[in-house]
Amino acid sequence: MDLVPALARWLHFMAGIMWVGLLYYFNFVQVAALKAATADATNAGITKHVAPRALLYFRWAAVVTWLAGAALLGNQFVNAFTLSKGMAGIGVGAWLGTLMLLNVWVLIWPNQQKILGMRPASEEEKAIARRVAFLTSRANVVLSIPMLFFMAAGWSHRGIFVL
Amino acid sequence: MRNPLDSLWGTVISGVILTAVLYYIVKHILN
Repeated sequence: MDLVPALARWLHFMAGIMWVGLLYYFNFVQVAALKAATADATNAGITKHVAPRALLYFRWAAVVTWLAGAALLGNQFVNAFTLSKGMAGIGVGAWLGTLMLLNVWVLIWPNQQKILGMRPASEEEKAIARRVAFLTSRANVVLSIPMLFFMAAGWSHRGIFVL
Repeated sequence: MRNPLDSLWGTVISGVILTAVLYYIVKHILN
């Protein structure tokens, strides 16, 4: 029965598009927009209404993407994560996605909570949080580039690695 | 030296370089 892998792949794609789409929105659109909006004191709309909603979908889409990916790997889960022969391509993709998920929950989200005033923080702590969240988010853009390559080519088209 | 992650181009180029390095490792070392 191919229904479970097909549904897992469908969910993995949808959640992954939301996660990486919002990651690219933050990095390619919101960072520059917030800088310009802060300069003319119109940033409140973004920080109060847009960023918290975007972060909500961003961090939970990351969890759903990872879980659907794990379901999709099925009985090949351990072979992928141990980079077994023939599974190293998708395994590298899975490791990159896992690192990105950890970055979201361990570094980006806790620091964004300080920046957006959801957690108490001094101005100095906020400045540090801003830099850490920014660099981690940028690091996730870097990781997303090989991650998408290995997701696309690592399993269904693994011939690219053995030619 | 500037951090390449401070610019979008630096970020994207870093990602492409990392892709090439990982591809080489998977193709020639792990597979």
